[in-house]
Amino acid sequence: MHGSGIPIWFFIGVLLIFYGVMIFGYGVYEWSTAIYPLGVQLTNLHTPVWWGVLLSLLGLLYVIKFRPGRARK
Amino acid sequence: MFGFLPATFASGIPASLPALLALRAEPLAHLRSLDIVVIALYFAMVLWIGFYLKGRSNTGEDFFMAGREMTAWIAGLSFVSANLGSLELMGWAGSAYQYGILAVNWYWIGAIPAMLFLGLMMMPFYYVCKTHSVPGYLDLRYGGEARSVAAVAFAMEMILMSGVNMFAMAVVMKVVLGWDLNFSIIVSSLAVAAYVGLGGLRSAIFNEVMQFVLIWGGALLVPILGLVQAGGWTGLKAKILTNLGSDSYFHIWRDTGSFAANPMGVHWTGIVFGLGFVISFGYWTTDFLVVQRVLAAHNLRAARMAPIIASFFKMAVPFIVILPGLLGLVLLQNPDGSRRVLVGEDVVAACSSGAGGVQDPSGCSAAMAKTTLPADYQQKVLSGAPNAELHTYNQALPLMMVRYMGPGLLGLGITALIAGFMSGMAGNVSAFSTVWTYDIYRPLIHKTGSDSHYVLVGRLSILIGVAISIGAAYLVQQFHGIMDYVQALFSIFVAPLLAVILFGMFWKRATRMAGFLGLFLGIVFSAGLFIWVKFNPAALATVALSPDAKPMAENVFRALWAFLFASIVLILVTLVTKPRPLAELDGLVYGATILPKEEPVPFYKNEWAWATVVFVIFVALNIIFW
Repeated sequence: MHGSGIPIWFFIGVLLIFYGVMIFGYGVYEWSTAIYPLGVQLTNLHTPVWWGVLLSLLGLLYVIKFRPGRARK
Repeated sequence: MFGFLPATFASGIPASLPALLALRAEPLAHLRSLDIVVIALYFAMVLWIGFYLKGRSNTGEDFFMAGREMTAWIAGLSFVSANLGSLELMGWAGSAYQYGILAVNWYWIGAIPAMLFLGLMMMPFYYVCKTHSVPGYLDLRYGGEARSVAAVAFAMEMILMSGVNMFAMAVVMKVVLGWDLNFSIIVSSLAVAAYVGLGGLRSAIFNEVMQFVLIWGGALLVPILGLVQAGGWTGLKAKILTNLGSDSYFHIWRDTGSFAANPMGVHWTGIVFGLGFVISFGYWTTDFLVVQRVLAAHNLRAARMAPIIASFFKMAVPFIVILPGLLGLVLLQNPDGSRRVLVGEDVVAACSSGAGGVQDPSGCSAAMAKTTLPADYQQKVLSGAPNAELHTYNQALPLMMVRYMGPGLLGLGITALIAGFMSGMAGNVSAFSTVWTYDIYRPLIHKTGSDSHYVLVGRLSILIGVAISIGAAYLVQQFHGIMDYVQALFSIFVAPLLAVILFGMFWKRATRMAGFLGLFLGIVFSAGLFIWVKFNPAALATVALSPDAKPMAENVFRALWAFLFASIVLILVTLVTKPRPLAELDGLVYGATILPKEEPVPFYKNEWAWATVVFVIFVALNIIFW
């Protein structure tokens, strides 16, 4: 959806960046303190770190590509 | 949407979900502050979108049809997302745990051919006639009688189902997170009423696309980490063979030669003709909840491409739904490290415990005897040992989430479930609003209102629709049996509707009276079959053609008979009534319509090329997992 408004992908990008940064931040804290939540498996893979990075990058891509005011081809 | 609810939910909800409420004192998961922030952010975003779009939904075309300006991608993702509710996610993961990969049929043959047919063959007529709804198409093709029957049935079905789903979701939140039922119902429904009431269909579609991304972002980790832990696909197969001693969990067709040879109790004829044709085509090509999304496309090519784009994602959904169920079979563990065996909701309900342990030891013992629970674990349950809890098939996905997701990620997973629910509800109320305003209020109550008057009616109908949904949710809480009937509404209605629309779209001769009688008598016939089996369970063997048939088979065969009955009525009545002049059918019927010429595009933008790719992948998947 484009028209004169903000594309939906921009909203999604913003949300993904928020989520990515928060999850990445927690992952770094978890990794640095080695305090892992009880019962969670495969903590050695540090999933929050790379998943947080992935979400942030995806979000960033959407925000840049679909930022308001960007001229459409 | 609910036509595709798996057996575990479709037949399990009425008696068991309320019973589950009384069982568990301890929720499956505990959210941390970070999880709450993740969920709160989602709510803030959907409300912000609603407020942002309020200024762009002042005309009827904007409010009810999202201005018909959606790209193929947006319409396609919204189309598939409206069907991807959280109950489906959890229910089908539970079905995969129970039945293995056989459950994938509901995503592949039960969706893909119908989606391609909608895009390639039906969208030109839906789109060119500029109808605002499926009952609206019936009005143009057959007249007001068929439209009114369909509109009333749609409106009832959508609003009641919205309430049923709301209650079911609140129960899930209670069981998984320990949330209060009233809190879940009120907060989620108010949020939906706010963003759909403000921004109309455009807001609903925006949020559906966002929900789609969140579902993948929240649920994709489970199969990835599960496969890592299981040793890949090969390791998973080996573990299932070792633990369960059967490879039937990995075949979707091989064991469907007889009802008794597969755990689902279905025959391939039922899957192909009942599910693959009648139920699937009925849902994906005539259910206004999903078709409305495609009607909002900005041109005919986008409208045709949208279901084809959606079909790619639909084929991929089993990766985040079916695979976690299969992984749960071998990876879920009890606190002592032994393999956790999930059971049906009836078993959990039979083993409900009070202060002094299991309330009905003999009933519990009998129920557990029918499961594969190890004998020593059954004893632990009976003696009320700590940590000896029973979990249901439907909890397979939440249990897998809890297994791999820590703070933040768990919040994202739960957000995906909440988003799935809210999106489904938004789809129901936005479709209800359109059908109520354009197909009931305008033709039957107030014919001469202004455009702004109908937008106001649309906004009010969303509020009223949500209020009725909340009422239905509480009604179901008081009278659990109602749920069964409400869920049956769709399956009763869809098969005759499919017959009437297909004949209307592809047979010039079909007449006004034939359309009305085919639809009306088809619904009566279908309801009759449902009531017959409801009050005489032995009749299932007759309806589904086998004494080994199970409730899942009833749904597909009832749909098949209802479709045939409605078709016969329509053909017979058509042959004795006068057809409409050909000129009146322009834009409505194949052979009487000159479709607008579309500009030539390169093959990689052509809908037929992409449909071919989808079909080849679909066939390949069915061969690989034969």
